[in-house]
Amino acid sequence: MALRDISKYLRLDKFPHIWCPGCGNGIVMQSVLRGIDKLGLDQNKVAVISGIGCSSRAAGYLDFNTLHTTHGRALTFATGIKMAKPELTVIVLTGDGDCSAIGGNHLIHAARRNIDLNVVVFNNSIYGMTGGQFSPTTPLNDIAATAPFGNLDPPFDLCELTKAAGATYIARSTTYHATQISNFVIKAIQNKGFSFLDIITQCPVYYGRMNKIKDAVDMLKEQRDNARNIKQWSILSDEEKQGKFVIGELHNQPRPEYTESYQSLIERHIEKRQPSPKSEERETKSREE
Amino acid sequence: MSLFGTTNTTTRFLQGNEACVEGALAAGCRFFGGYPITPSTEIAEGMAKRLPGLGGKFIQMEDEIAGLGAVIGASLAGVKSLTATSGPGFSLKQEHIGFAAMAEVPCVIINVQRGGPSTGLPTLPAQGDVMQARWGTHGDHPSIVLAPTSVKECFDLTIKAFNLSEKLRTPVILLSDEVIAHMREKIELPPTSALKIIDRKKPGFFVNKKNYKPYAAKDNEPPTMANYGEGFRFNVTGLIHDETGFPSSSPEITEKLIYRLHKKIEAAYKDIRGSEITLPQNCRAVILSYGSTFRTAKRAALDANIGYVKLTTIWPFPEQEIRELARKVDIIFVAEMNLGQLRLEVERVAGGLAKVIGINSVNGQLMKPRAIFEEIKSHGA
Repeated sequence: MALRDISKYLRLDKFPHIWCPGCGNGIVMQSVLRGIDKLGLDQNKVAVISGIGCSSRAAGYLDFNTLHTTHGRALTFATGIKMAKPELTVIVLTGDGDCSAIGGNHLIHAARRNIDLNVVVFNNSIYGMTGGQFSPTTPLNDIAATAPFGNLDPPFDLCELTKAAGATYIARSTTYHATQISNFVIKAIQNKGFSFLDIITQCPVYYGRMNKIKDAVDMLKEQRDNARNIKQWSILSDEEKQGKFVIGELHNQPRPEYTESYQSLIERHIEKRQPSPKSEERETKSREE
Repeated sequence: MSLFGTTNTTTRFLQGNEACVEGALAAGCRFFGGYPITPSTEIAEGMAKRLPGLGGKFIQMEDEIAGLGAVIGASLAGVKSLTATSGPGFSLKQEHIGFAAMAEVPCVIINVQRGGPSTGLPTLPAQGDVMQARWGTHGDHPSIVLAPTSVKECFDLTIKAFNLSEKLRTPVILLSDEVIAHMREKIELPPTSALKIIDRKKPGFFVNKKNYKPYAAKDNEPPTMANYGEGFRFNVTGLIHDETGFPSSSPEITEKLIYRLHKKIEAAYKDIRGSEITLPQNCRAVILSYGSTFRTAKRAALDANIGYVKLTTIWPFPEQEIRELARKVDIIFVAEMNLGQLRLEVERVAGGLAKVIGINSVNGQLMKPRAIFEEIKSHGA
């Protein structure tokens, strides 16, 4: 089946992009665009917000209302935009370091509010742009530029984290499972509330090289071999889960969305201040009495 | 709740923080993002109460940085936005003040100064953030900093702050202090119809949306500003960027942008300036002050029969005005609740033309007129 042309969503004059050969970021970006394309969203009504890092450069290549913010804080800007213009579809492109280290506080609080933001994490388990330091998702004992003797920091499971914090739609996929990413993007955007997609992607240049994985293809094969869909995962023993990870739709539980709650607060408040004709009548009467 | 009278003057008895709320709403502010901190909380509380009734929105964010992040986001979506904080929070705001300066996003930051450094004196006044307001965020950037000396000026200068931020596409800081913030005074709020409110200039009707260049501007002007969601699809970044808003590290583009950010402020100086010099004839001494300290300094000056200068715009510093003043007098006293932050600037500008003497306090107490008077007299003025 021929793939649909999605070049209208790209700022082609800004290419070539900055990503290294073999990087998975392009696959994630393309999958997000395919999801948007399937939904047929108006480009003028989509805002794409990013933080700092390799992943966050994606926003600049996309032909929407785009905002490249400060390190870790994309969600705060996105919150302001969504509050000011709830009619916009707001997508946040971020990395594992960006959203869960320096931006970890913003992540849990945006999830807690259940504000209608769609977060896509390009999770490559490394700080790529600064040269391969370990991140909050680097597995234990892996090698990184700042963990030359092996990483001592236990990693976060970002899906469990955002679930505990209150996100209403959560899914995980990998760059090997690109078409699945697009499907999750569609469901995330359709969810009225905070949606979180943890996309495992490969950084062959830093993560792969330092951890002796030959190239990008080998990294993709590892994703294929180690990913277990949620049905398979549920019957695995703890021992069998070692070195594997779960992919699929992990959480989908709607609850009231923040900007909608605020809108009804506005409506209640404005209503309360405008006296109904009846109460005015009553007032006149009592004054006459 | 509606605003105060549209055609009549309204008399109110307000504290400084409440007057900031009234000023912001009158200026058209319809979004507040912030974090609770003493002694600025009445501003957040006032906005939380008033905004929904006006169709505006308030959000209490998870931290100070997030507060200004949300404000910048809302402003990019077309809504005039405010945050308010104090010392420790102002330190945290610096990251996004720099972003707003670089990306040219209008917004207003109120800093109700309290004693520092660090947690310092949460409930007591100081003026220790004068230099931080100028240089707190990294890199070469211009600053506009206004400082009220009364409740009425809290109202007026909040409006001025919004007008300048919209006109020049830049963050504007209102540097209040704990005394002004919590002091209650009778004020006359002018009818809204009498207020001059400036809104950001949008791209003209004939601008081609396809080839829109969000950062194209003359060398000493801000660019026009389209709002997100209105058909202009453009990129905004905190990186050095070209006219298209896309990152660049070209030396020419970098230099052009940094110079333009400064020149647009310099070119608008006559709108920004705020200094009042009162110098009786044949008077050879003057006292310069700002914020709550100005109130006591003025009292002391009247008693000592010397001139007085009130600065309601601290940055950009009124270099020419103060240099001219230095030619006319022998002594310039600078009274401030810090160890001489603005005195250094007065000294630099006076360039030896007049003797510059600091009158300072850092004990968390408003300076008493008597103490200032005695300092003036001890120097024979």
